[in-house]
Amino acid sequence: MLIKRAPDLTYKDVTPKVLYMGRRNFLLGVLATSAAVAAYKKLPRVFAGPATGSVPQKINNFVKWPGSTTEAVTAEKDVTHYNNYYEFGTNKSDPAQNAGNFVTTPWTVSVEGEVQKPRKFTMDEIMKLAPLEERIYRHRCVEGWSIVVPWIGYSLSTIVNLVQPKPSAKFVAFQSYYDPKQMPLGGSAGIELPYVEGLRLDEAMNPLALLCVGMYGETLPNQDGAPVRMVIPWKYGFKSIKSIVKIRFVKDQPPTTWNLQNAHEYGFYSNVNPNVDHPRWSQKTERRLGGGFFAARIPTQMFNGYADQVASLYNGMDLKKYY
Amino acid sequence: MVRKFLNSILTSKWTKVVVFALCLVPFGILLWRGFHNDLGLNPVEFVEHATGDWILRFLMITLAITPLRKILHLPQLIRFRRMMGLFAFFYACLHFSTWLGVDRAFNWQDILVDIGKRPFITVGFTGFVLMIPLAITSTAGWIRRLGGKRWQLLHRAIYLSAIAGVIHYYWLVKSDVRKPLEYAAFVGILLAWRLWSWFTDRRKPAAVRVRQDEPTTAETM
Repeated sequence: MLIKRAPDLTYKDVTPKVLYMGRRNFLLGVLATSAAVAAYKKLPRVFAGPATGSVPQKINNFVKWPGSTTEAVTAEKDVTHYNNYYEFGTNKSDPAQNAGNFVTTPWTVSVEGEVQKPRKFTMDEIMKLAPLEERIYRHRCVEGWSIVVPWIGYSLSTIVNLVQPKPSAKFVAFQSYYDPKQMPLGGSAGIELPYVEGLRLDEAMNPLALLCVGMYGETLPNQDGAPVRMVIPWKYGFKSIKSIVKIRFVKDQPPTTWNLQNAHEYGFYSNVNPNVDHPRWSQKTERRLGGGFFAARIPTQMFNGYADQVASLYNGMDLKKYY
Repeated sequence: MVRKFLNSILTSKWTKVVVFALCLVPFGILLWRGFHNDLGLNPVEFVEHATGDWILRFLMITLAITPLRKILHLPQLIRFRRMMGLFAFFYACLHFSTWLGVDRAFNWQDILVDIGKRPFITVGFTGFVLMIPLAITSTAGWIRRLGGKRWQLLHRAIYLSAIAGVIHYYWLVKSDVRKPLEYAAFVGILLAWRLWSWFTDRRKPAAVRVRQDEPTTAETM
């Protein structure tokens, strides 16, 4: 085989070692930069300093509600460190880490729409509208886990009766607080914010529908929806909207956040129902949190065990269609 | 000189021992946290998510070895590819058995329904099943029995496993798809590199192509 020598290359054409090494340095530089960026992402948490937001206060004047479940209450530390509150991050541990600087004072809730007496309630007023009750409810997440929580509050019907809905009011629409400055992670939550939810008026009037201001003997921690939230124990957890700033009475069924995100998977009603699967997983059983690694799943109950109190709301309705 | 040094490290048998031990660290951490009751409030989910992440990471590392050894001119990296692939399979076994035995507690009726009816489980299960023949035929004896070309063709199934794993993850999350998309981007880059190098390789004269091919051994395949 004839091997030709390239005539036009001389020793002067050899790439200088500095440049040749430059390529490796460039690659190392890329790696180092990636590492630095990754480290920087974690920095704010390390150097955030002590939390400056609102903290839970002891509630002294509540009575024990007679309808509470006698099941074992989930540990407070667990309920405050395993949260779905996408405004503060989408991992379960995120809200406890990121909600510390959330300021919830002063706070007002505007109650408006198709009512005779629209008005704004300050948090102080809300705390005194009715005797506070401690109600221990089962709480079932659409993801298939459940907890048992001693909430503090009173029936939403108290507020509904105060503002006197007009006959035209058929639904109640709720809206959460949303401030991208206080909730910078909200932008990457993958859901439209502010968070909105809704109930039919007769659902909102059911005594189980709880306007909740506290848990475990204290006002609500930020990551659990401070200062005021709904707890609707017969529906999947995402219906129980957190950090409410607006309650609006409306004529037509209002939009709801998870239904907007994926209507096929999350319906307006979203009643706990072991016979209607989530398209991606079964709802027949649930994992009661706190039981450890080898605890068996337990059967999910119709309306989360509150059928006696709420089943009549849905008489004649096809619950597979109105999921 | 640096490359010579790196290659001498890569060929040391102690490096293999160290890398093997490092790959077991995530498993060790899970065991440690399990024994110290530190797997969070939903330990089953925690273990499923942790092992799931490590399957995808090891699949990415396995797929990255060929591009890295070409780009960095470190052919000896090939010595670690089988180990990386088998660790992906190891974490897949942990992931699958946690789901089967703990999450679903061997409730076969539910398990079969889930595999047949829930697309995210169907695709994850498919990705896992595809890894089984690759793990079995990862030995030198099987390369000889199948012949290099056929063996290589079979082991391309790892792309399918990686894609299935990413889809499984993407379909699992409710709304925040950033992490599954990061994995998807990584698989995309690795696949694009292979297509590109296959394409440019084809355009080279035959003589050059032959010279670039590697001998067929357990380590190089």
